[in-house]
Amino acid sequence: MRARLLRSGPLQLVLLIAVFLGLYFTIPAVEGNPFWRLPHLIAGWPEKINNAVSYLMFEWLPIDIYDPEIDDYEASPLLKEVTRGLSTGVLFSIDALRELLLGGVKTIAAFVGWDYARAHPDLVWPALPWTIVAAGATLLGYALKGKWLAALAAFATVYIAVFGQWEPAMETLSLVLIAAPICFALGLLLGVAAFRSRRVEAVLTPLLNVAQTMPHFSYLVPVMVMFGVGDHAGAIATIIFATPPMVRLTILGLKKVPLEVIEAAMMSGCTDRQLMRKVMIPAARRDILIGVNQMIMQCLALAVIASFIGAKGLGYNLLLALNQLRIGQALELGVCIVLIAVVLDRLSLAWANKATNYFADQSFVFRHKYSLIFAGIFVGGIALAALGGLIFGDGINYFYMIPHNKGITTENFWQSGVDWMVENWYQGLQGFNRGLITQVLIPMKTAFLGMPVMATFVLTMGIGYIVGGVRSALTVALLLLFIALTDWWDRALITAYMATFAVIVSVIIGFSAGVLSAHSDRASKVVLLLCDTFQTFPSFIYLIPVIMLFGVTDTSVLIAVIIYATIPATRYTVEGLRSVPVALQDLGLMSGANWFQRFSSIELPLALPHIMLGINQTVIFALFMVIIGAMIGTDDLGQYILKALSDKNGIGNGLMLGLCVAFMGLAVDHVIQTWARKQRALLGLV
Amino acid sequence: MAIKDRAASPQPVIKCESVYKIFGDNAAALLRTSGGVVDAKAFQDAGCIIGVNNASFEVHKGELLVVMGLSGSGKSTLLRCISRLTEPTAGKIFIEGEDLTAMSGKQLVDLRRNKMGMVFQSFALLPHKTVLENIAFPLQVKGQSTAASIKRAMEMVQLVSLDGRENYYPRQLSGGQQQRVGIARSLAVEPDIWLLDEPFSALDPLIRKEMQDEFLRLQGLLQKTILFITHDFDEALRLADRIAIMKDGVIEQLDTPANIVLRPATDYVAKFTRDVPREKVLSCANLMEPVSDAPVSAMKVHQDAIIKTVAEAVLNESLPVQVVDDAGQPVGILNAKTIIHILFGTRGTQDMVR
Repeated sequence: MRARLLRSGPLQLVLLIAVFLGLYFTIPAVEGNPFWRLPHLIAGWPEKINNAVSYLMFEWLPIDIYDPEIDDYEASPLLKEVTRGLSTGVLFSIDALRELLLGGVKTIAAFVGWDYARAHPDLVWPALPWTIVAAGATLLGYALKGKWLAALAAFATVYIAVFGQWEPAMETLSLVLIAAPICFALGLLLGVAAFRSRRVEAVLTPLLNVAQTMPHFSYLVPVMVMFGVGDHAGAIATIIFATPPMVRLTILGLKKVPLEVIEAAMMSGCTDRQLMRKVMIPAARRDILIGVNQMIMQCLALAVIASFIGAKGLGYNLLLALNQLRIGQALELGVCIVLIAVVLDRLSLAWANKATNYFADQSFVFRHKYSLIFAGIFVGGIALAALGGLIFGDGINYFYMIPHNKGITTENFWQSGVDWMVENWYQGLQGFNRGLITQVLIPMKTAFLGMPVMATFVLTMGIGYIVGGVRSALTVALLLLFIALTDWWDRALITAYMATFAVIVSVIIGFSAGVLSAHSDRASKVVLLLCDTFQTFPSFIYLIPVIMLFGVTDTSVLIAVIIYATIPATRYTVEGLRSVPVALQDLGLMSGANWFQRFSSIELPLALPHIMLGINQTVIFALFMVIIGAMIGTDDLGQYILKALSDKNGIGNGLMLGLCVAFMGLAVDHVIQTWARKQRALLGLV
Repeated sequence: MAIKDRAASPQPVIKCESVYKIFGDNAAALLRTSGGVVDAKAFQDAGCIIGVNNASFEVHKGELLVVMGLSGSGKSTLLRCISRLTEPTAGKIFIEGEDLTAMSGKQLVDLRRNKMGMVFQSFALLPHKTVLENIAFPLQVKGQSTAASIKRAMEMVQLVSLDGRENYYPRQLSGGQQQRVGIARSLAVEPDIWLLDEPFSALDPLIRKEMQDEFLRLQGLLQKTILFITHDFDEALRLADRIAIMKDGVIEQLDTPANIVLRPATDYVAKFTRDVPREKVLSCANLMEPVSDAPVSAMKVHQDAIIKTVAEAVLNESLPVQVVDDAGQPVGILNAKTIIHILFGTRGTQDMVR
């Protein structure tokens, strides 16, 4: 009897909390007490990483490289040459695309030499008039999907042009249009390789896990050290960051292709290559497309963040606007980024879903109608630009190119709105703000910081043990031990407190919204659509409105985090509840159970594993966003990562800090995934 | 009937010689040490699962062999060995005299592209392709041009009566329609050998009946060499030239439907045959008596005619009727008494059958 009681989960949990509280209040907060804080045994690691990296970059394996300037061979380390070559290639592609859109001299100079280009100042590639790009995007939307996508593309491009953000938008676009196809190809290749070989998968899986829980910023430091600063570094960071979801979803999709479909293809006489190209990848398209969608999102999110390491474009301007607290401008820029994200996402989706018509016996004109229309647009656009030159004379030719910040702007409107709100709501907002900070946040922060390291480990390992036995307890312990041995444990506790607060609020909001909408078809459709839309926004964007209301405080960061992290909580709750089989819901009705009984004893238990996966996502999202919050001032790990960015020897710190955040996420991820897997197996939902 | 011509075509289209398929890491070694005698218990203890246990048989040109067995009997595994979707653990399989197990990857691809077509239980249509593209797929894989393959696919669409739905996606079709697509796809390359893995098991009874009729119509038209897998004994009786009944990987009996019903080789087979209506299986040849001088009626029945189809007419005659062969020559006489016994009697059919 006693043995069975000890094995029951809830009782174990109560016992665990009792022990935790006991330790919390008995261990004295004395420096040097290993039960209070562990010694910083690996505080020297960043230094070692720095040395190792600089050895690899600047000394390891010198090879002879021909230097045309001194007309001789010179020794240069291999890795440096490799990264330099890569940088040059990526930079050239970005510049070529950028100059195609915006005009310029770099690409031509790359072919004819700078001396020649300087001697002939007329030799400049002209920009493509914005009208051609806008009409071309509209046409592409129409050709791929129809009038709605055409309307969306038209709205997006015209908005960007009219608001005078054409140049930065095209700069961002050129970076994304180079990075995204590389991510796609790389992701697909790695995914296929992992699907084909178990060994490759075994190597990739932990890498993907860490990569997906590392905060955006921590990618920037190593990239900066290895590739320098500039658009190419931004593109490379973007590629590294945006490829993992593509790989993961490719593997997932390929694994879900039914065995019979594969057999049918083999019996049709497919070779291995045909099987992969014509059957497996198209049949896995649904998941791969989700991967593409996530990838494009990440690309844009990082294209913004990459402005920290010198990528030009909307992100850079947004950063400036945020720093100067120019809310209106930040808002307009944010809308531009969102529009580009949405349009790219929808275009790629439509392209993948396009069907072929074999029977229309088409004439030449019909078959090439879109090419012909585009040729017409091209000529028309140039004519319009020429006409503009006559109309506007020496002023700005609005039909050719609207220069940065010379479009119309609603900044003043927003600014006065903010001023009005500050004036009228100041008392209320500040009251709420101060109340939240003094009554909730500061006590919570103090409580987290006052936690002895021994108590933390007992609590987390205990939860790991209850959920997944000794294995999980050890996994969690190892992950946390890494953090505890660095000298950032206190910072990590602050990150943990912010994330915890945000997750609790997000889960309450998301769960309630999910439960309320899951019972109606229409409501759940609306909620899922909203989740889809909000998920397309780069995380950054959420900072804009909250700064508007709460200024630069912890409250702002937390509210942004909560908005961002509520999305997965809501989505998974709705999905989980909607996936409860109808037969079981009918069973509840026929048993005469009332709404609450049905919910608590049928729907919730069955949906809970899926909802828990949503909470897992919420935790990861919250951690990401807390770190991004560092941009507007926090004192947690994120702030240190940001500092590492401006430090010449920041690579060690940046990497270790990134790993700290990643390991926190992975510990939670491990526990929740294990629980959900066991629960699903128990319910036979696998 | 086709099986009568067996002697005319000396080389079987499909030939299996002691084929074994045993799942498990050390299956091959275990089989070698046991010398081909598989003790299910011993193999299971060693962590192996028996799929096919010593299967030997031949299928001749134009013949329709049905492999019948309950789930887990190894019938699908046997089919997958013959299509080499799984590698047999031991034994040899010959396709038109060529050793399938020794074929290289390239030869195998060639064989599948030109000689074999397969239909799957859950249809296995490519979800991202329309009806037309699904049917054209094997042709395009072979390297045919889009125009030619689409033209041929359109013919196949007409063959399986799906006109007007050629641009639908599989998810927009009913189960029966999806399987028509599966059938059309498997026949698009005009294969000699047609493999069907429980093609109608996932369908409703009415649709299943309709599809069986369609299948018999197609087979009447095309005369393929067929291996048909089913767990439905009635379906087997309805379609087969010969039936192989499998249990635990072993072929318990391989014979014509009539012989399986009349002379079940094992108790297991007898369990299936006990409730089968005899008149649906037996032909006139099975029940006729030798030609004698006794007076007969003017009515003639063909020796292959199934009793059920002629019973009423024969019972209406006052005298025994003549049984004739293809050339119209009398080969025996059929008594009304025998038919009454078959229709209404309970036991003892064995004694009456020639």
